[in-house]
Parts: sequence; structure tokens; C-alpha cells
Amino acid sequence: MTTRTDALPTQEMTINMGPQHPSTHGVLRVILTTDGEVVTRAVPDMGYLHRGLEKIGERVTYAQYMPFTDRLDYLAAMNCNCAWAWAVEKLAKIEVPERAEYLRVIVCELNRISSHLIAFGSYTADMGAFTPFLYAIREREQVNDLFEMICGNRLTYNYARVGGVSGDAPKGFLEKTKEFLDYFEPKLDEYNNLISYNKIFVHRLANVAVIPAEDAVAYGLTGPNLRGSGVPFDLRKDEPYSVYPKFDFKVCVGTGERGTLGDCFDRYMVRINEMRESIKIVRQAVAQIPDGPVLAKVPRVFKPPVGETYFRSECPRGETGIYLISDGSVNPYRLKIRTGSFVSMNIFEKITRGLMIADIVAVIGSFDIILPEIDR
Amino acid sequence: MVGNADLFVNWARKSSLWYLLFATACCGIELMQAGASRYDMDRFGAVFRATPRQSDLMLVAGTITHKMAERVKRLYDQMPEPKYVIAMGSCANTGGPFYKDSYCVVKGVDLIIPVDVYIPGCPPRPEALIDGIMKLQKIIMQRKNYGAKA
Amino acid sequence: MEAQAIFDTLKGKFGDAVVELQGEGFSPAFVVVAPAAVKEVSRFLKEDPNLSFDVLMCLSGVDYKEKFAVAYHLHSLKQHHVIGLKAMLPRETPSLPTVDDVWPGANFHEREAFDLFGIVFEGSKDLRRILLPEDWEGHPLRKDYKYPDFYHGIKV
Repeated sequence: MTTRTDALPTQEMTINMGPQHPSTHGVLRVILTTDGEVVTRAVPDMGYLHRGLEKIGERVTYAQYMPFTDRLDYLAAMNCNCAWAWAVEKLAKIEVPERAEYLRVIVCELNRISSHLIAFGSYTADMGAFTPFLYAIREREQVNDLFEMICGNRLTYNYARVGGVSGDAPKGFLEKTKEFLDYFEPKLDEYNNLISYNKIFVHRLANVAVIPAEDAVAYGLTGPNLRGSGVPFDLRKDEPYSVYPKFDFKVCVGTGERGTLGDCFDRYMVRINEMRESIKIVRQAVAQIPDGPVLAKVPRVFKPPVGETYFRSECPRGETGIYLISDGSVNPYRLKIRTGSFVSMNIFEKITRGLMIADIVAVIGSFDIILPEIDR
Repeated sequence: MVGNADLFVNWARKSSLWYLLFATACCGIELMQAGASRYDMDRFGAVFRATPRQSDLMLVAGTITHKMAERVKRLYDQMPEPKYVIAMGSCANTGGPFYKDSYCVVKGVDLIIPVDVYIPGCPPRPEALIDGIMKLQKIIMQRKNYGAKA
Repeated sequence: MEAQAIFDTLKGKFGDAVVELQGEGFSPAFVVVAPAAVKEVSRFLKEDPNLSFDVLMCLSGVDYKEKFAVAYHLHSLKQHHVIGLKAMLPRETPSLPTVDDVWPGANFHEREAFDLFGIVFEGSKDLRRILLPEDWEGHPLRKDYKYPDFYHGIKV
């Protein structure tokens, strides 16, 4: 007996994927308008973690703002610390000692590895596989131990300073880093064998939410989201800063290996491959690091010259751009932080038309967003 | 007789504290790491639940903003009795580093919901979180469920 | 291309709408344009083959105490150069045409500038508050903003 569905009246539902949700990577609210299981419109609603970091920046000094950059993207706190330090140093034209730059690059790349581990672990957990999450946290705890050696904290490091870093690497840090890299490199192959090419996982990610390269560029996507669509743009290679020109590494680009170029699977594989490249960079940095001081002489009451600057650095979630205006006083005049996650949400409504509700979770995870970056 | 019933019920409650996954900000990552590989919280019987209807502990981990405040109250109301709240981290205790200059941060989650245990730290280490949960377990053991009301 | 060359090209094409080049102490340099001409200048910057600024890196509102400004930071993937574009607005009624049909990625940035400064982008397909609650009063990043005492009964 067949059911005649052409005569059934249907109605669209409005479902709230609320601020508290296990798969939205934070307090993101998505208002879904669905026709059954198929989403016709998905509108993101943000601001549940808006803490006014930009206004706070106008009321504290340049050095006092460093702990707030930790809370900006807490999974890549070293990258945000260093981005702030580089922006202020560009404005005030401060020369940073070379050992400090090498230490900054080592911790930034280690933090990229630990951030991509969480992205990998939580993405697979969203898709239903819990084991990779525990493996990822096991490796991340080792990186946390390394960071605890160098700066004392596991999550909000406050390590960089304007003019260098707060403290030199203690004895044994570089050896322990090498040990960790030797231990971690085969794990990436283990993850690929475990989950990356699993049939169900590939089926859930391939050909979902394809972003063509022109759209990715037009909407201003950056970082792994842009490279997943095939655009080989990496700030560390194309507009290098700090000591990145001295290292040899590849730019990881999506290849459309299991579906269309620019789908969720490509963005996921770019992150796995980037971890491999980061291991390479840290190995070279540990081999090449020179001796010397780690902090330049910066006056106690620090007043940079009047001017405006825009500095951008490659953070794990995209490009973190800091637009800094100084009026010659001890506090910044205006401080605008442009983050990769905020810009990624722009294209969200466009690419989620026609997907199913379960695919929305796959899309959010593939963008690797984090809410304090979006809300600031 | 009644005392033994109290003991039994309290022991059951403290040994299976199911907590709501309510991670707003950085403390949420320490919460995740405390529940995962190295600092396994499952050995205390505490597993995470995604919905407030099935949980009896709300670990408020992270900054609460004014936009989020109504939702926190609603989530608290949706939890069935007996329910407990732990305020984890500086932001949930008093507003944290955003106390002085921010215009949209609630200065402590106890302005919205009643809190049983406060855990200081920014973010508190997983060991501190486990210590807080053990303190909550002590509070639960002292609760009188069936005795005459004083 | 150097900032001076970009400025000369724009001045040659748009004349008086292009006001000045802020170069000294500004990195990248800013080309200041009249607010009404922002859309045409942006379209030219994007479509001209020598300039081809196809990426809008950042769009920020700024409160210089006598007036507002909107600062655009642009980048070209093909030509590998960056430039800044700035439009100065009066304090009482800050408004200028939107650029979200030139760069679709501008929409969220414009919503944020509207939310935190009150700058109105004419012709925007979706201009409403993005970070603060819908019923928040005032625009916090203005220099003369007074923090409210209570919001929905909770002390701010």
C-alpha cells in the first residue's frame, strides 16, 4: 500500500539549537527553520559571550592587556599573546631579541598542535566517536605539561611580553619538546587509521557544505577554512613575520580527495596535515635556536608613538588581525580584533541551505569556531 | 533506622553526580580535560549529560554575560530536585578579570542562581575542580532527607 | 603597487571624492574618501585588474572624538598588496553606503560597527545588533558611553 504524500499539508518548524548545546563548541545559538529534517534556513545568533574586550583595551595599558588576549582564543592562547605583542612592537618599532622570537615560534606551533587536537577530538566526538577525543586529550595533556614548564599555566599562559617573552625556557625544556615530537608524530598515522578514512565518518563529511574558492575569498575566510577550498594562502609563507622565513614547511591545501573540493572533509584533513607541518617547524626551531636575552629593553611607562597599525598573524582558526590606534598615551586609543571565527560565521547561512539537521553539526565542527573569538 | 536511610540515599546521590555540560568559556576546557583522559572524573561517578533534565549538578564554567543570564536561570529551573550548583572559576565567582571594566558581564553567577561551592582559579586546575566536587560530596553526605525537620 | 601610486590612480578616477592619503605613521597607509563615494571606490578597487583588492580583511568603526570613521583594510591575493580606506563621518548622524554587495563578507563587520558605534550602513541587507542583546540601550564603544546601572534587574 503506498502513502499519498502529495496531498499532505506540511508546515515549516522553527527549532532552536540553543546556547547550551553539546555540539556548538560554545554558546552559539542557531535558529533553524526546517521542513521536516531538511533545513531551509539556519541563522546564527551570537553575543552570548560578548565581554567587551575592545572597550577593556581602551581602559588598561598595553602590558596589562596581555592576559585578556589569552581569553580571546583560549585554545590558541600563545598565538593570541604573540599576535598582540607583535602588533604593539610593529606600532612602536621595537626590536625583539632573536631567542625570544624562536621561543615564540616554538610555543605558537606547539599551541597550534594542541588546538588542532581539540578540533579533531571534539569534531569526531560530535560525529559520534568518543575514543579519538580521549586520545587527543591524552596528547594535549603532554603539551600542557610542556607549557607548564615554560610559563606555569596550562591554559591561559600570559607568556609573551611587549619586547620578548616573560622567561627563558628552563633546563630540559628543549629536550622534552623533542621527546614529545618523536612520541607524537606516529600518532597522526594512528588517527588516520582509526577514524579519518572510516566509511561512516567520510560519508558524513564528504560533499557536505562545499565552499567554492571564489566564495571563500569573497567572504573573507582565512586559515584552514580557506585552504580547505584550495586557495594556498598562508600568512606564514606569503607575508612572513617573526622568524618564519627561516623554516621549511609546506602549505596544506584541500585536495577533494573524498568528495568535492571545499567540503567538510577537506577542512578536516587540512588540520590533520597542518599538525604534521607544525611538528616539522618545531623540530627546526629547536635545532636552530640561538642563545641570548629574551626580553628587549622597554620603558616601564610605555607610550608608543601616535599612529595606526594593522598586524595579522596566522592563528589556528584563521587570521587574527589587530587594528591598533595609539594616541601617544599609556592606553590604546582603539583596538579592534578581527578573528577567523567571526568571519567564518558570515558564510554559515549561505552554505547550510538544504542540509539536514545532523549536517549542521558537521558544518559547525568543520569551521572549528570558538565563541570568544566570535564575540570578543 | 532513619539515619541509615539518610546515609544510604546520600551515598547514592554523591556517588553518581551527573553534571550538565555547561561550558561557556576557558574554564570549559579545563572541565573537559578533567572529564577526559588524565583526570578522569568518571571514577567519581560523574558523567556529563547534555540536557538539564537528566543532570543534578550544574558546573557553571565560564563567564556569564547579560545576554546569557536568562538562559542560565532557565536551565537551572529545568533541572529536577535535588540539584546543586558549583561556580567554577573567577568569572563565575565574581566576574573574573572582567569585573572592573566590562559593561556586559554578570559579576558572579550567584546573582542569578544559588551556588553551593565556589572554586577559585583562572582557570582552576582539574585537581581543584575535583577537590570542589569532593567538597560538594561532603555537603551532600550531611543532608538530612528523612529526619524530623528542625 | 605602492600606496602613493594607488592614491594617484584613485584621485585620477574619482577626483574630489578622494580627500587625502594618510601615510606617515599609518601602516598600511589610508586613502581617505568622502562617505558617499565609498561604494564606487570599493567596486573600482575590487574590479580593476591592476588593483584587484578581492579580500576585505577588516572593517572597523572608530570614534575620533570630533567625528566617527569607518576604516577598511583591503588585501589583494593576486597582486600581493594591502591598502586602507577610510571615510570620516559626522558625529550626529553617522551613515554611509554599505559595501556588502562588493564584498559579501562585510555584512557581519557592518553589523558589529552598527551595534557598537551606531553607524548606519545604508542599503545593507541585514542591519541589526549582533553581539549585544536586542534591547540594549546605547552603543558601548563610543567614547562618551555611560555604563548602565541595571539590565533586566541585574547590576551591571
